Amino acid sequence: MTDECVGAERLGELLQPIIDGHGGDPGMLVQILREAQEALGYLPAAALTAIARAVGLPRARVEGVAGFYSFLHLQPVGRYRVLFSDNITDHMLGSVELMDRLCNRLWIERGKVSEDGLVSVDTTSCTGLCDQGPALLVNGRAMTRMSAERIDRISEMIRAELPLDDWPREYFRIEDNIRRRDALLNTCWPAGEALRAALARGPEAMLAEMRTSNLRGRGGAGFTTYIKWESARRAPCRGEPPERYIVCNADEGEPGTFKDRVLLSSYTDLLFDGMSVAGFTIGATRGLLYLRGEYAYLLPALRENLARRRRDGLLGTALCGQDGVCFDIEIHVGAGAYVCGEESALLESLEGKRGVPRIRPPFPVTVGYRGQPTVVNNVETLCKAALIAVNGGAWFAGLGTKQSTGTKLLSISGDVEMPGIYDYPFGVSVAQVLNECGAGNAQAVQISGPSGTCLGMHEFSRHVAFEDVPTAGAFMVFGAHRDMFEVARNFAHFFAHESCGFCTPCRVGTSLVANCMDKIADGHGSQYDINEIFKIHRLLHVASHCGLGQSACNPLFDTLNKFRPAYERRLRSLDFEPAFDLDQALAAARQMTGRDDPAAHFGLAARVPGVTT
Amino acid sequence: MEAVVQNRKLRLATTSLAGCFGCHMAFLDIDERLLDLVERVDFDRSPLTDIKQCGACDIGLIEGGICNAENIHVLQEFRRQCKVLIAIGACAVNGGLPAQRNHLSLGQCLQEVYLTWPGIVSGQIPNDPELPLPLDKVHPIHEIVRIDYFIPGCPPSGDAIWKFLTDLLDGRTPRLGHPLLHFD
Amino acid sequence: MTQQSILLDGLPVPFEEGQTIMDAAMAAEIFIPHLCHHPEFKPQGSCKLCTVKASGRYVSACTMPARDGMEVENNSPDLNDKRRTMLQMLFVEGNHFCPSCEKSGNCMLQALAYELEMLSPHFNQFYPNRPLDASHPQVLLDFNRCILCELCVRASRDVDGKHVFSLSGRGITKHLIVNAESGRLADTDFSLTDKAAHVCPVGVILEKRKGFAVPIGQRRYDVDPIGMQVERLAHRTTTEEEI
Repeated sequence: MTDECVGAERLGELLQPIIDGHGGDPGMLVQILREAQEALGYLPAAALTAIARAVGLPRARVEGVAGFYSFLHLQPVGRYRVLFSDNITDHMLGSVELMDRLCNRLWIERGKVSEDGLVSVDTTSCTGLCDQGPALLVNGRAMTRMSAERIDRISEMIRAELPLDDWPREYFRIEDNIRRRDALLNTCWPAGEALRAALARGPEAMLAEMRTSNLRGRGGAGFTTYIKWESARRAPCRGEPPERYIVCNADEGEPGTFKDRVLLSSYTDLLFDGMSVAGFTIGATRGLLYLRGEYAYLLPALRENLARRRRDGLLGTALCGQDGVCFDIEIHVGAGAYVCGEESALLESLEGKRGVPRIRPPFPVTVGYRGQPTVVNNVETLCKAALIAVNGGAWFAGLGTKQSTGTKLLSISGDVEMPGIYDYPFGVSVAQVLNECGAGNAQAVQISGPSGTCLGMHEFSRHVAFEDVPTAGAFMVFGAHRDMFEVARNFAHFFAHESCGFCTPCRVGTSLVANCMDKIADGHGSQYDINEIFKIHRLLHVASHCGLGQSACNPLFDTLNKFRPAYERRLRSLDFEPAFDLDQALAAARQMTGRDDPAAHFGLAARVPGVTT
Repeated sequence: MEAVVQNRKLRLATTSLAGCFGCHMAFLDIDERLLDLVERVDFDRSPLTDIKQCGACDIGLIEGGICNAENIHVLQEFRRQCKVLIAIGACAVNGGLPAQRNHLSLGQCLQEVYLTWPGIVSGQIPNDPELPLPLDKVHPIHEIVRIDYFIPGCPPSGDAIWKFLTDLLDGRTPRLGHPLLHFD
Repeated sequence: MTQQSILLDGLPVPFEEGQTIMDAAMAAEIFIPHLCHHPEFKPQGSCKLCTVKASGRYVSACTMPARDGMEVENNSPDLNDKRRTMLQMLFVEGNHFCPSCEKSGNCMLQALAYELEMLSPHFNQFYPNRPLDASHPQVLLDFNRCILCELCVRASRDVDGKHVFSLSGRGITKHLIVNAESGRLADTDFSLTDKAAHVCPVGVILEKRKGFAVPIGQRRYDVDPIGMQVERLAHRTTTEEEI
């Protein structure tokens, strides 16, 4: 749909119900823009003006927000918009070749819309389906286990303009792939079990159990959950009306992580129980679930669950029949921005803004969502809180290690026989995990995603725990035949794509290192370029505004230290090589002049006798 | 050993690539100090000597950025021959004025200038093999070869050039403080 | 109550409750390099030029609250080296051709490059394509020089109450936009009398027909290096900023 297709009147008709649905609240801007795009196909300039006027925001603010998120488009996109998951695990399963194949079949160039506006094909950051890739999103719906055969069929269906609902169901099937159950995944309680247990304990006692449990955040940073809850509970509410919030961080964007997807799909009540327990304990009456845009296909089931919980008295006023105990949950959907996994960027996004991490202090526990005390917890953390409500803190503390209590979900993918979700007590050795998931010839494991740690074979005896190798859950295995340089290059491009651009070092530095890696990949690199990567790493690590920039060069630093020959064998010289391909830089002039003599080339000229170089 | 190093006259080469020779004019602004300089250095390839090929040198001064194939050949020749290579002036340092064409497509530029400009009748884009082909973009010289020192300025003043060269000749790491260091 | 102070490069520097490291340093006329900071506006902490080491951690001086006894490292080779690298990043990210820029000599980016002896941009140039906006009768926008400090965004939003400027895109494609569907400054309510018209530290927001008014040698940073102008920087107001 283009500007011309939608007249001003029709635009208003389409937008008004969306804006009304959110009460014209500027804080709901990201949700409004998402829904407006669903109605219009993309966000034409006139729509941004209309939305800005309707919610009372400056137009430039609205455009700034729309321009921030990968899944919001200011230019027309195809009626079929195909996005291949660009994680290294997808690459390893053949996604690059499959995308080329689809582009060839459809006669289109990657990243461009076909002339008839029918289709566009591009990549997107990891879609969280690494255990059943190669994966892609078509108009936001996830498809798994792509193969040449499926791609050919998809190209036919697109050309025939077959509605997505008529595509084979099998293509959209998403498996949980639960491979090892332990304390968390063994639970199968009825909805409300944990909430009733917490209500019976009372908030003080519940908090005490949390303290005893020593539960630490499962999003990677490992901050003690009890301290967050206690701080938010104590912090004064500043706003009108006074309120506290529980925010569930379901923006599972770290490439290689997909455990939250399974919890959201198959342990929904445990999660909502956990949010309700947290709300009851800190005195919050509202919970917000921030669901990454890539998981929008989970939305109908999640909403259905919330409706059922309201009917059953597990949400709303008088929870479980207790007067005065109120809690409800609403779902916000992200729009393609990894940085929103950072808790303060997530709050900005929840407030309808660009997902830029805030200056801290103050921390969200005192000044969070809409300026109020807010606890932001990972999906898995909240599920664990539900377990603690039922079984008690001492039980939880008895699992795992002293500093890392409980179990940890690992999302295992890559070169293993049985990719999927594994629930292990903290302290398990990397070697044991590798053995049990069927990683026969692993040479490396990327733990906790690109921002985490790359372990080489000599480190497989190390342990998964905050005190040794901390993790948010990703566990990507690379067999001996894999090229660790290409792994690092994939990660470098990921960070360059996902940098929010707020601070100078991350905004420019992530692009500079991605360019360096491309130069080395193209066979034009030298030792100088490797030194540059180290130099930029040292700067970003300390001077970036948030964890994204601080960890953006980690995978390069790790692989340069542990897999240096993978870089060295690509270098052209040990000294210095030009920043760009000299011969290629003459191609445009050759074309315009029609010249092809030796002097019209670099490299070639050097080989022709009598020609000075 | 020290004495040997000090007594030997150094060889200095200079050239202008995609520049305007303004930096060379500024070089001449060291005025009578040029006489002191020739006591200590011999000039190799340079507009001052009209030597066409650069021999083995101690110091090379490069003015201008890189806009065509010949610039690259000359720059590479200087890098091979000079122990120390110095970028002098805004164009050598960041592309300067010529680089302001970089947001235009080279093809469109050639077409506009040689084919479609008002008044052109049966125009033709020059294609003589004697002519160096233009690059699609103009680049600063540190993107092509390793550069040891930079003297920014458009042009740097004679005083800045003199300070820089005398530091270098006397064995000090060249430093340009206020007000000698400027970009315009 | 005794006077609270931080130890800035070994020197005791007093501060009042609520002041940042930058506030305390400016009041004591100690220079901490900065670009996105301006005493009239809310600190932002995005340029990272004011990165200092406080109690062993690298932090932005403009946003980090001072604490009694805090040891702060500022003017050290390590920090100045990192700052120089970030300046070089800003230079290659945009198109900064000083000889043809009206702001040359009065530009903070350029002045800091002098102060930190940045002799070359070091990295490979991005040479982005950023067309000018000459639509407004009084003011020219040259986006080539934008360093994304958001001072104009803050001035227009917080002081002028107009929201003329905003940022869009992200990562290396982040860019300044204006508040009009056409994308043209002429179609906004921007005026030369706005604070936002006088706050740009580089040469993006320029009054038309007024370029190169001051001869070379007499411009702000020809006279004294920026590090010697802390008192002026600490007390500057946008009204005295010239375009």
